[in-house]
Amino acid sequence: MSVNYGSKRIVTGAGYGFRDWLAQRVTGGLMALFTVILLAQVIFTSGPIGYEQWAGIFAGQCMKFLTFAVIVALLYHVWVGMRDIWMDYIKPVAVRLVLHVFTLVWLIGCAGWAVQALWRV
Amino acid sequence: MTELARKRPEFRNINAFKDLPTYRLPLAGIVSILHRISGFLMFLLMPLIIWMFDNSITSEISFAKFSAAFNIGIGFVPGWFMKLVALALIWAYLHHFIAGLRHLYMDVCHAVTKEFGKSSAIVTLALSIALTAVLGAKMFGLY
Repeated sequence: MSVNYGSKRIVTGAGYGFRDWLAQRVTGGLMALFTVILLAQVIFTSGPIGYEQWAGIFAGQCMKFLTFAVIVALLYHVWVGMRDIWMDYIKPVAVRLVLHVFTLVWLIGCAGWAVQALWRV
Repeated sequence: MTELARKRPEFRNINAFKDLPTYRLPLAGIVSILHRISGFLMFLLMPLIIWMFDNSITSEISFAKFSAAFNIGIGFVPGWFMKLVALALIWAYLHHFIAGLRHLYMDVCHAVTKEFGKSSAIVTLALSIALTAVLGAKMFGLY
């Protein structure tokens, strides 16, 4: 079998998957960590949770810092995941391109909205 | 190896209506396809998730609007329907979260045996469904 790695790798001009595979795990891990931190704050709040307590969680700069990183991680994670779905099920190039563009617009719009909401607290 | 080398039936051009209903997925396969479906669901409902986030943290007034959407309803959508959608999102998040941890565990520990695939799939399905049921019962005020 001919060698197809290192300097002998046949360059096809596309990604080789490893970077996205790793990114999917790193971003997923970050979001899992965020989930645990957020849950801990909700669980250890004494008394019923109203607006003050809930918004208070996101008021501090530390939590804003982390939440912003999670929003960006989510953006990339969903992009990789959705691209995988389109890649597997949608074969016509034109349709796939339209769906890719739709996915990007949808995600970037959502991320901007989330960031704006975060800094309104 | 022998199992891989043996000739297995090949499926080409799978018909979604004719072949999929009779296609028997192993439990790990069910977890895998649900991972995909739950991710897709959250992608589609992302504006709703951010709407909830936005309204719940912006002000007292928007927080009240956010609560009312589930207790009374919003526009022509009744509150119980909003709760059902939220329940679907809760399930999607839980399944995606637990199945994702399963992935991470398998990658880190090289736990790629057929047995572990099956037993961890059972744990994933049982945990996600049980937690969804508990949270759903809480949301609909059953306890």
